[in-house]
Amino acid sequence: MPDPSEDGDVLVRAEGIVKHFPIKEGIFFKHQVGSVQAVDGVSLEVRRGETLGLVGETGCGKSTLARSIMRLFPLTAGRLTFDGADLSTLSRSQMRPYRRGMQMIFQDPYGSLNSRRRVGSIIGDPLAIHKLASGAERRRRVQGLMEVVGLNPEHYNRFPAEFSGGQRQRIGVARALALHPKLIVADEPVSALDVSIQAQIINLLEDLQSEFGLTYLFIAHDLAVVQHVSDRVAVMYLGKIVEVAEVKDLYNTPRHPYTNALLSASVVADPDKARTRDRIILSGDVPSPITPPSGCRFHTRCPKAQPICSTEEPLLKRGAQDPSGHLAACHFPVADGEKLASEKATILHTVEGFLAEAPT
Amino acid sequence: MSLSTVETKAGATPGEEPAVKGIQGRTPLQLVVARLRTDRVAIISIVVIVLIIALAIGAPLIAAITGHGPTDTNVDNGTDANGQPLPPGSAGYLLGTDNLGRDILVRIAYGARVSLLVGVLATAIATIVGVVVGLFAGYYGGWLDSILARIMDVVLSFPYVLFAIVLVSVFGSSLPLTILVIAFFSFAAIGRIVRGQALSQREKEYVEAAHSLGAGNLRIMFVDILPNLVAPVIVLATLLIPTAIIFEATLSFLGLGIALPTPSWGNMLSDAEGVGFQAWWFYIFPMVFLLLTTLAFNLLGDAVRDALDPRTERIFAGRRKKKPA
Amino acid sequence: MTLLAVDNLTVSFPTADGTVQAVRGLSFSVDTGKTLGVVGESGSGKSVSALTMLGLNPGADISGSALFNGKELLTMSQQDLRKIRGADIAMIFQDPLSSLHPHFRVGWQIAEAIRSHTHVSKQDARSQAVELLRLVNIPQPERRVDAYPHEMSGGMRQRVMIAMALALKPKLLIADEPTTALDATVQAQLMELLVQMQSEVGMAMIIITHDLGVIASVADEVLVMYAGRAAERADARTTFFSPHHPYTRGLLGSVPSATGVIGTRLTPIIGSPPSLISVPTGCGFHPRCPFAMEMCIDEQPDLVPIPAGPSHTSACWLPPEMTGVGIAMDTARQRYASTHRGTRSAKLPGVIAAVEGAAVYA
Repeated sequence: MPDPSEDGDVLVRAEGIVKHFPIKEGIFFKHQVGSVQAVDGVSLEVRRGETLGLVGETGCGKSTLARSIMRLFPLTAGRLTFDGADLSTLSRSQMRPYRRGMQMIFQDPYGSLNSRRRVGSIIGDPLAIHKLASGAERRRRVQGLMEVVGLNPEHYNRFPAEFSGGQRQRIGVARALALHPKLIVADEPVSALDVSIQAQIINLLEDLQSEFGLTYLFIAHDLAVVQHVSDRVAVMYLGKIVEVAEVKDLYNTPRHPYTNALLSASVVADPDKARTRDRIILSGDVPSPITPPSGCRFHTRCPKAQPICSTEEPLLKRGAQDPSGHLAACHFPVADGEKLASEKATILHTVEGFLAEAPT
Repeated sequence: MSLSTVETKAGATPGEEPAVKGIQGRTPLQLVVARLRTDRVAIISIVVIVLIIALAIGAPLIAAITGHGPTDTNVDNGTDANGQPLPPGSAGYLLGTDNLGRDILVRIAYGARVSLLVGVLATAIATIVGVVVGLFAGYYGGWLDSILARIMDVVLSFPYVLFAIVLVSVFGSSLPLTILVIAFFSFAAIGRIVRGQALSQREKEYVEAAHSLGAGNLRIMFVDILPNLVAPVIVLATLLIPTAIIFEATLSFLGLGIALPTPSWGNMLSDAEGVGFQAWWFYIFPMVFLLLTTLAFNLLGDAVRDALDPRTERIFAGRRKKKPA
Repeated sequence: MTLLAVDNLTVSFPTADGTVQAVRGLSFSVDTGKTLGVVGESGSGKSVSALTMLGLNPGADISGSALFNGKELLTMSQQDLRKIRGADIAMIFQDPLSSLHPHFRVGWQIAEAIRSHTHVSKQDARSQAVELLRLVNIPQPERRVDAYPHEMSGGMRQRVMIAMALALKPKLLIADEPTTALDATVQAQLMELLVQMQSEVGMAMIIITHDLGVIASVADEVLVMYAGRAAERADARTTFFSPHHPYTRGLLGSVPSATGVIGTRLTPIIGSPPSLISVPTGCGFHPRCPFAMEMCIDEQPDLVPIPAGPSHTSACWLPPEMTGVGIAMDTARQRYASTHRGTRSAKLPGVIAAVEGAAVYA
C-alpha cells in the first residue's frame, strides 16, 4: 500500500457539499413537495496518492457523494475543488475537460457496460469522446489497456456477455484508465463479485495504484474490504460524515457510537472472534432522508443519546487523545474501553415472548 | 505485469476456452438469421415477399411480354364484341381485363410496385422520424417530452381520412403526398415505443458511465442507447409495412391516394364497385394480392419478434433438438 | 440425529449451449438442531441442490437420494412435497422482491402460508402474522401487515420472508444467501434472530452463502462446494484453522478478515469458477489449483476422512495429514505436489502462478 502523502497535497477538496433531490407531485404542473436530502453538508479531503474509504449503510448518501464529487449532476450547494480547479458550478460542457482527471468504476459489472457494444469500443469510448486517438492507434491503446488489467487483447471484438463478472469488472477498470486519470472513484467495485474474484480485483486495483500513481475514493459496505484497501476511512450516516480517521485508528478506537455499532455488526471470517463479539443494539430503523432527525441525525437510535443531541448538531472535531486526523461528530464520543449496550439479550427476549404467545 | 500474463494464459487453458465459446454474444442480425432458419412460417413468408418484389420489379417485363401497358385501353381485343371486359384465361389476358379493356395482370404487377414502394418508403420515413422523436422525448424528458408526447398522442387519435381529404383538396393526390401522409400518421406508433425504451434505458448504469466519461447527449442517444433499441424497432418496422400498404390501399380506394389511371391495388378495388358477381376478377385479384402481401409481412414480423425475444429460447431449442445440425 | 441425508445427488439441465451439470454427485447430512453452512461461489451448485430437494426444479434430470426424516424427497409427489414445504422444511430465497408476490399485502401472504398448513381462522392467522412481523423487528407491525412488498425496503422484505419461513416452526430452514442484500446492522440482527430461534425451537438450518463471515458466526458444520460437488466438510473451527482442500485454503486467502494481519496482500485463487457446461476433467478445481498434480487431471477424488477434526472429509489427492493455513504448510503442499507433477500439470495456470510468482499464499 502506498504511503499517504504529506498534508497540503490535496487532490479533492469538498466543502459543505449539499445534494438534495426534489420530490415533485402534481398532474400537469409538478410542484416540489419535499426533497430527499441525500448529502447534507459534507466536507472532505482526498489526498494525492491515498485511498480514502467511504463506508455507510443503504441510504447514507455515499453513492450520491461520490457522484457529487464526480459532478455527474449539479450540486445543490457547496464548493468542490479538484487539483486546484473549482468545479462547483461548472456546466456540463465546461466539465468535460476535467473528466479526464477523474473517472469512475461502477458496482454492477452487468449494467455498467453497454451489452450491445463490443468491448474494444467500450474501452475506447473515452478516447473517442475526447478525440485522443482513432483507428489503429486507438485499437493499439485499448489492447494495451486490456493487457494491463489482465484481459486477453485478442478478445477486442467480443461482447460483454461473453465475459465473466470479474472480467467485466476488469473491462470497467480498463475503461476508467483510458484517460490516465488522477482520481478513480470506485463505487462498490467488488460487491457484486464472487469472493475469489473480489480478491483478484482488489489486488489489481492496488497494483494499478502503485504503477500509475492513482488516488482512490473507495466506497464499500464491507468493512473488512475497506479496512484492507484504505489509508483513511470516512463513515457516513444519513447524508453526513460522522467520523473520519486513519484506518487503524478507526478500527481500533472508533469514537462515534454509529461507527462502533457498525464495526460490531460486521461479519468477520474468524469463528472465534465472530461468536464472542457483543453486538451493539441500535433501536429502530434508519430514518428517512426526506425528514431527517433534528440535531444529531443519529440521536433517534443512539444508545448514548442525551437531550442536547436532538437540538444541537455536533460538528466534526478531534477528540482530546486522538491524532490530528481523527475527527468525530458526536457530543459524547466513545472513550477507550467503554462498552455500549449489547443486543443478544433483547433478541432472546423477543423470541421467547413470541414462542410463549403463539399457539402450537 | 505478472498479473496480466497469468490471466492471458488462463484464457488459453482447455478449461476456459470452451466455456467462453459456449456463450456467444450475437448481434440481433445474427440471432434473427439463425432462428428464422428454423421457422417454416417465416421462410414461406420471406418467399412470398420475394416473389411479390419480383413481380413488382418485373412489371415492365410483363408489360413487354404481353404487349399491354398498364394504362393501355385495348378496346379492340381487350373487350369482347359487346364491349364487355374479358374474363381470365382469355387469349392474351391471363387475368382478364377491366371495363376499359386494360390488362389486369399488368395492372396488378404495377400495383405491386405502388404498394411496395409506398409501404416500404412510408415505413422507412416513419421509422426514422419515430426513432428520432422517441429518442429525444424519452431521453430529455421534461418539457420537450411533454410537447413531443402530446404531439404523438394527437397524431394517433387524429381522423386520418378527414385530414387526407383536406390535403388532397389542396395539393391534389399524388404518390409523394400519399407517402408523406402515411408516414405522418405512422411515426407516432414507433415514436411512443421508442420513447418508452429510451426512458428506461436512460436510467441504466451504462448511460451514467457514459456521462462520467464526458459523452455529450447526442452521442449517448445515438451511440449508446440506439443500439439497444434495434431489436424492438426492427419488429415494429416490419409490422408497420403491412399497415402502410393497407393505408395506401384505403386512400387510393377513396380516391385520395394514387389517382387513376395509374394502377394501385386500392383504386383497382374502387373500380370494381357495383360490379357484383359477373366480373369477379375485377376485385378478387387485387384483394388476394393485398391479403397475401400483408399476411406475409405480418407473419414475418411476428417471427422476427419471436426470434429477438430471449424468452422464446425454449421453442428454438426444441426445434434444434428435432434436427441436430 | 440425522434429519436430512443427501446421497450422490446429481442435477443437470439441457440448454441450447449444452447440458449444464449443476450438481455432480453431492452427498452430505444435517443433524437436528444443527446449522450447516454451505459455502460456494457462482456455479458451485449450492442453490440448485436446495431447490431440487424441495422439488422446485421440475424440468431437470435428477438422480440420487435425499432422505428427510427417512422419507425420500426426490421421488415424492408434488402433493406430498407441498405438505412438507413450509411446514417441515422452509426456505428463504435471496431476492425478496421477486420471492414475494407483488400484488398481495405481506400480512396476507404470511397468513396464507399459515392457513395452507393449519386450520386457523383468518383472524387468528392475521394476528399471528402481526406477531411474526414483530418478531423480526419490523416497526409498527399492525400497520405494516397491510403493506405491499414494493412499499418496503429490501431489508424489511427479507425480514418478511424470514417471518413467513418461521411461521410454522419448521424442522429445517434453508436460507439461500439470506443476508446478501442487507446492511451490516440488519444482517447481524437477523442472523442472531435465526440462531436464537434455532436454539429455542430445535430447528436445523442450512445457510447457503458465499460470505465466510456469515459462516464463521453461525455455522456448526461447514460444507464447501465447488463445481457441483463437495470439496470439503468439517466443523467451523477446523474449516477456518485447519482446512485441507486447496479451494478452501484459497477462499480463506481471498478474504481480508481471514488472512491474519490486516493489510497484507490478498492471495486470491486465479481464474474464474468453471462453466458447468464444460466441467474440467478429474478434480473440477485442477485448472486453478496451485498444488495440482498429474492425477488431478484424470481422476476425480472422493471424499476421504481427514484426521485433523471430527467428521472432517475432503475430496483431494493431497495427503490427509496436510491441513492448515500458513506458509509452512503451503510449502509442504507444494513440495509434495511437485514430486507428483507431470508435463501436463506443470502447464496448468494455477501451478504456473504458484511456481512463478511469490509464494501464492503468503
